[in-house]
Amino acid sequence: MAPILEVIDLVKCYGDLRAVDGVTFTVDEGEIFGMVGPNGAGKTTTIECLEGLRQPDDGRVTVYGKDPHEDTRAVMERIGIQLQESDLPSRLRVREALNLFASFYAESVDLEMLLERMGLQEKARSPVTKLSGGQKQRLFIALALINRPDVVFLDELTTGLDPQARRSMWDLVREIRDQGSTVFLTTHYMEEAERLCDRVAIMDHGQLVALDSPRELIRSLGIEKRLSFIPLNGSADLDLEALPDVEHVERGQDRVIVSGSGKRFISMVVNALEDSGVDFDDLRTEQPNLEDVFLSLTGRALRE
Amino acid sequence: MRGLRELTKTSIILYIREPIAAFFTLAFPTMLIIIFGAMYGNDPSPLFGGLGSMDVSMPAYSALILGTIGLLSVPITTAGYREQGVLRRFRATPMQPLTYIVSDLLTNLAMTILGMALLFTVGWLLYRVQFAGNILLLLFAVILSGLAMSSMGYLIASLASGARVAQVIGMVIFYPMMFLSGAGMPIELLPPSLQRVSDFLPLTYVARLLRGLWFGEPLVDHLFEVVVLIGILVVFGGAAARYFRWE
Repeated sequence: MAPILEVIDLVKCYGDLRAVDGVTFTVDEGEIFGMVGPNGAGKTTTIECLEGLRQPDDGRVTVYGKDPHEDTRAVMERIGIQLQESDLPSRLRVREALNLFASFYAESVDLEMLLERMGLQEKARSPVTKLSGGQKQRLFIALALINRPDVVFLDELTTGLDPQARRSMWDLVREIRDQGSTVFLTTHYMEEAERLCDRVAIMDHGQLVALDSPRELIRSLGIEKRLSFIPLNGSADLDLEALPDVEHVERGQDRVIVSGSGKRFISMVVNALEDSGVDFDDLRTEQPNLEDVFLSLTGRALRE
Repeated sequence: MRGLRELTKTSIILYIREPIAAFFTLAFPTMLIIIFGAMYGNDPSPLFGGLGSMDVSMPAYSALILGTIGLLSVPITTAGYREQGVLRRFRATPMQPLTYIVSDLLTNLAMTILGMALLFTVGWLLYRVQFAGNILLLLFAVILSGLAMSSMGYLIASLASGARVAQVIGMVIFYPMMFLSGAGMPIELLPPSLQRVSDFLPLTYVARLLRGLWFGEPLVDHLFEVVVLIGILVVFGGAAARYFRWE
């Protein structure tokens, strides 16, 4: 399958700051592609170069083979954009906004159905300022979907939303993809990227530090898994360190924490407990996640 | 074209929904007619060459509307839209930047004509004020004046950091002109020294051109005003195009 978005050696500077410093990747049709990293990592600059809103200083970006900064109009007809910082005139009403933006495109979807899909029918006559954060965000997504775009760009879609609104946004993003659009999103929530994206590009200081599916990223780095339990009898004699996949054992006051890696790490530990007749309670396993991947790649924790 | 039509329609609706802008464009000049009409009436006066005070106020307050829209509405709205990210949101569509500007100009022309129609209706109902010129020439003068004043407004919007600053700059430029250009009050009432100051104010040329054409003087008598307004349009419009920022 030919890639629909291409970014080749992209460089974008603001003064002395190299906001994007030589980034290369491609996005395939039909995937949910996520770009994650802390604020200032270069995510928004990259997405805005793809949207044609910024001109690269060096390198090349193409959308369906076209330069979005040169062929802006043709590219804009095929893509949908939700911007991180943008607004509508405060006295504009929801339905008016949809009518207005629909008129900018050669073709548009049925607006009443779009209102319904975004759960905004009740708010169709409300001014933009009277909407809640989640409603406003859904209106902006509606504007991004109005031309039935082939690619949808979502920049920090869920920032500032409460956990429930965030989850309903995730469902919406999956729905957008299931209806045939490719999704390119940026987020600084690792959990969001892990749950939602088919592939994740991790950005730091303007550079791409890793790119793969969340599962592969976690697996390939061989990050430790952790398993803990409360032994009920006889664990003192048990030599868990001797197991090949175990790297570290920590015996707390009542809980034993075992770290290690490898596909069979967990079953190996549990089998060892069974074989030596140790009874245990409250067994927990902790899978490494993208937070751990970021930590192991950059040496820093990613926190909001 | 559909985008231009929808955007202009929406902008006119938004303009009317904005109470302060609608007041200054539509209600304020009409209110002046009612107040000053009650004070001075509309009897023919030698000061105005045999015309009444309300007669000469018609083109003067029309110039006032053009000044208000070009020097206050345009910079405040444009800088505000840029500050809020409205212009950014518009840019992220296939709509051309030129469409936005043309739509803005059409909206302002529509509001100017609406304001002038309201002004004339009230003036005619209360004082039977006369229009003695050619309506097409007047329309030409209104369009040229509107373009010249708006070009100044766009430059203010381009140079100001935000809506507040744009508003202050617009007011600092507009209010002295309102009193000294003949738009807010008849130029004949000013002492000669201040009348000379008016030669340096852009709005003066709008007021003179409209007054001449309103009372049927031929356009050739006002070529100087036309040239000055075209000059303003070229200089300020060029600078605004150079410095205009979408974000």
